[in-house]
Amino acid sequence: MARRYDSRTTIFSPEGRLYQVEYAMEAISHAGTVIGVLSKDGIVLAAERQATSNLLEQSLDNEKIYEMNDNVVAGVAGHAADANTLINQSRAIAQRYLLKYDSPMPVEQLVRRLCDMKQGYTQYGGLRPFGVSFLCAGWDSTFGFQLYQSDPAGNYSSWKAACIGENYSNAQSILKQEYKDEEKEEAGPNVRTVGSQMTMDDALKLTCQVLSKTIDTAKLSSKKLEFATITLKAGKPFIHVYTSTEIDEVLKKYESVIKPADSQ
Amino acid sequence: MDAQFAIAGRDFVISVTDKGVMSSILKMKKNQDKTCQLSSHTFMSVSGEPGDTSNFSEYIQGNVKLYSVRNSQDLSPSETANFIRGELADALRSRSPSHVNLLVAGYDKGAGEAALYWIDYLSAMAKVPFASHGYCGYFLYAVMDREYTPDITLDGAKALVKKCFEVLKTRFVIDFADYTIKVVDRDGTRELRQDEL
Repeated sequence: MARRYDSRTTIFSPEGRLYQVEYAMEAISHAGTVIGVLSKDGIVLAAERQATSNLLEQSLDNEKIYEMNDNVVAGVAGHAADANTLINQSRAIAQRYLLKYDSPMPVEQLVRRLCDMKQGYTQYGGLRPFGVSFLCAGWDSTFGFQLYQSDPAGNYSSWKAACIGENYSNAQSILKQEYKDEEKEEAGPNVRTVGSQMTMDDALKLTCQVLSKTIDTAKLSSKKLEFATITLKAGKPFIHVYTSTEIDEVLKKYESVIKPADSQ
Repeated sequence: MDAQFAIAGRDFVISVTDKGVMSSILKMKKNQDKTCQLSSHTFMSVSGEPGDTSNFSEYIQGNVKLYSVRNSQDLSPSETANFIRGELADALRSRSPSHVNLLVAGYDKGAGEAALYWIDYLSAMAKVPFASHGYCGYFLYAVMDREYTPDITLDGAKALVKKCFEVLKTRFVIDFADYTIKVVDRDGTRELRQDEL
């Protein structure tokens, strides 16, 4: 009888839960890990491509990290096909906003629109929810750099460092331990400050450190990783998606923090 | 037959609209405010077909307000102007076009500078240092062209507005009874009386 509340996505169980939505979230916690770290002057996103067959043609495109807009880059965990439609929709939404107001869409607005789409499928009948979580890293002139995490239910929240996908709870506890936060920032009641002491270098280093401890592999390599950063260049957001050579360079640079994990 | 013009300095815009409402040869009213407040630091003056002016400006006012309620943040003057232009352009190509001429004035708090946008009923838009719509432009562009400098102060602009009034009084066939004079700067929008110029 347990299946009674499973078959429809939009029906509450007697405990007040939506099983299909919870299953979707469960599916995501087995997907390739995505890590985002906010710093003073940018955000680092890193993602793990999960093991695939040797016979599979190595894709040239990224499959985990996508540009959503000139000022937003997102890492996805979950069903790739679901993610594709959401990414497409988000890109269209961002472009429509640009057409209407001739200015880039604020990050939180884009994330909210994306989550509205996801939320719809937890309420309107017949279809399953999107099995994807996003980490959206973006910049806008009002709030600066922002990192958002979203889940299949349509919730979103803002983070200084976040992780979704496999081993996310491990990663999150390392991030919590190692993230250098501003001790005391005197801010007004309505001022959202980044309050981070991290530099981009620190953020990259922390990302590598966390990756090495969460990914179950002998040696980190560009084959299974994707990296992207968003920074400011001449006052404008600049998204850089790393090539495989650049990823190897980063891994080499932070070898010292990666190695101890291997020897554990 | 309205008088509608505005002058933008680096950090302020002063806007003038007459208060008269005419229908054919008849004076209907002489205390109509033809400006429309869109947010604390943005407003527009509207002229054109009488019904269209209030209908279109109320529609814009409502939607700009809706944006700030939804997103707890105001549209900047340039975003506002682009939004208005888009709406006007869509209306133009629909069954119900609005015949309105607009001057959008605002102070961009983020950028720390003032902005003035000229939009006509065909939804052509331009960011301009000074602007006018209708017949009064024939007289006033000459004056503003000669007197305007990019670093004009508010006092300088007030004096220029006075000169514009003189020209309209001397040369224009219509005698405008009264004007709405509005200033927007970092402190927001305020209305001036004619004797405060």
